[in-house]
Amino acid sequence: MDQFIQQLINGLSWGAIYALIALGYTMVYGVLRLINFAHGDVYMVGAMMAYYIAHWLGFAVAPSAAGFVIVMVLSMTACALLGALIELVAYRRLRSQPRSSMLITAIGVSMLLEFGGQRVFGPDPKFFPQLIESHSLFRAGSVVMTNIDALVIVVSLALMIGLRWIVMKTRVGMALRAVSFSYDAAALMGIDVNRVLTLTFMLGSALAAAAGTMVGLRNPKIDPLMGLMPGVKAFVAAVLGGIGNFPGAVVGGLLMGLTETFVSAYLSSTYRDAVAFVILIGVLLVKPTGLFGRVTVEKV
Amino acid sequence: MRRQHTIVTALALALLAGAWSACSPQGDEIVVGEYGSLTGGTATFGTSTHEGVLLALKKINDAGGVLGKQVRVVTEDDQSKPEEAVTAVLKLVKQNQVVAVVGEVASSRSLAAAPVCQSSKIPMLSSASTNPKVTQVGDFIFRACFIDPFQGSTMAKFAVNTLKAHKFAILTDNKNDYSVGLTQFFRETVKKLGGEIVVEESYAEGDIEFKAQLTSIKAAQPDAIYVPGYYTECALIARQAHELGLTATLLGGDGWDSPKTTEIGGKAVEGVYFTNHYSAEEQRPEVQQFLKEYREAYKGKTPDAMAVLGYDAMSMMADALRRAGSTDGTQIRDALAATKDFPGVSGRITIDKDRNAQKAIVVLKIENGAFHFVESIAP
Repeated sequence: MDQFIQQLINGLSWGAIYALIALGYTMVYGVLRLINFAHGDVYMVGAMMAYYIAHWLGFAVAPSAAGFVIVMVLSMTACALLGALIELVAYRRLRSQPRSSMLITAIGVSMLLEFGGQRVFGPDPKFFPQLIESHSLFRAGSVVMTNIDALVIVVSLALMIGLRWIVMKTRVGMALRAVSFSYDAAALMGIDVNRVLTLTFMLGSALAAAAGTMVGLRNPKIDPLMGLMPGVKAFVAAVLGGIGNFPGAVVGGLLMGLTETFVSAYLSSTYRDAVAFVILIGVLLVKPTGLFGRVTVEKV
Repeated sequence: MRRQHTIVTALALALLAGAWSACSPQGDEIVVGEYGSLTGGTATFGTSTHEGVLLALKKINDAGGVLGKQVRVVTEDDQSKPEEAVTAVLKLVKQNQVVAVVGEVASSRSLAAAPVCQSSKIPMLSSASTNPKVTQVGDFIFRACFIDPFQGSTMAKFAVNTLKAHKFAILTDNKNDYSVGLTQFFRETVKKLGGEIVVEESYAEGDIEFKAQLTSIKAAQPDAIYVPGYYTECALIARQAHELGLTATLLGGDGWDSPKTTEIGGKAVEGVYFTNHYSAEEQRPEVQQFLKEYREAYKGKTPDAMAVLGYDAMSMMADALRRAGSTDGTQIRDALAATKDFPGVSGRITIDKDRNAQKAIVVLKIENGAFHFVESIAP
């Protein structure tokens, strides 16, 4: 039983990270019907940014919780700008083109970030500074929860609630929902679609940067190709929850983290990566709209 | 038409000229190739080895070189990838026309590149690849280190006899020939000595999350956990084990030997035992002399085992060239095979009939962020 609860904690904390990344996929898909394959690499840039910012500001040698917050916020800001830039440079002009052009560009941007990242950051893994010293928060029997695991879960939750507030309660959120409902109708109603799309990319990228920073803190080894697998997994999580659906992305992310942990724990870690693809195929075969997705009727 | 013809001829001539000059770089110098992971997942292995090779090279050339010529080393980076290792060695052999090749550290990369050397009849001397399969590629492939059966079984003996551990867990990197090899020999020896393997888990190179496996290991309550892998993953494993409150002793192989182990692992790697090729605390004159020279050359840095093996491999190669009296591949091979009691920094090296180095192994313990000598075990 102890072991089961421990695995539950491991899975939740890992799943929260997938959920944060999955939200970015879902948001962009919601407004643009585009699977932004570069999203996983924005997560990598987020971790790298946090690494450099922590070193520049000296938090790498003097760890503190305030330092972590500053590093994370700055990294989120930097990636929000990167997200806006990617939208402007890579996707804006292609919006009226066939959807496959944008998809191909997304793959191009992804590769640019990965291999450009190897050039800029160096190809070898870096050790992420310990902004917060990890220690066990509580111990019950043999179950241990570290402060980092708790922090990942709490910060992720806070960011998700913040995102929900922006989407549901603010004017830009309303505009965002309007655009995702109908692109053309929203434009006719006087909504500046370009601004909304920029904002969507900025929000999604900021969440990915937060995930990257927290992974750096939790598993302190970062490299330019680190976004590859988590990107794919978060995409599957978004599909599992129903792509375009916010609560779906969160639930999908958590389920993904839990499934992976339990597969490694009770079957074999060899199947850990394979399970993501099995889920993807399963969802597409059985319920292509995902857990929370609504069936939409394609009008001809 | 006529003009086009001239251009084609000119181009062909230029190519021929290029090929000709590539064919004869061996004028007044002897060119030896080196390939290693200067960047990528195991970058410290490659850079350390390279520093060792350069130090040996300087010593060789200062002493007048070999066969009356200066030795030049051409180094290729394989980015810690087996497929790049093949390209690197092809380039060394075909383009740079090297007489012999030194490298690689990682068994998987040596295994990828060795067939190139074997088919071109260019002797290859791996500095630190410990998987038995490496030298089995052919009679031109040698190594300057001991092999995994020795390393894995020595750790098992040490754990059972010296540490009095009885119940073991094993965490293997399934993607890595080296790790799989060590696991196999560790498991066999533990069973032979009456120990018990209570749980076996695995991971894959590049993973960063190991808590699921470690939680399962914790539930089995082992006395010690054998983690034969490379430092980037192993140090993270140690951290996460520490976070989960695992108190069993961690045991490892020479893949743990890197300054990054203590940097990433911090407190979590305290008390770890691992087998290695050398210890800076050994009092043999070869070790102390090498330490002095290395620190002078590299700003006071303490060399790790990879630097030592790079140095030994380069020195052995020069010794073989000297005894061969020629740069012919087959003759260098015969000279390397005849290496006996070579006074290396990592011990007295004798090449056995399987082209492996026979020498002693050391066990190190991590204490206060440094590697300390525990004991030396002869083959």
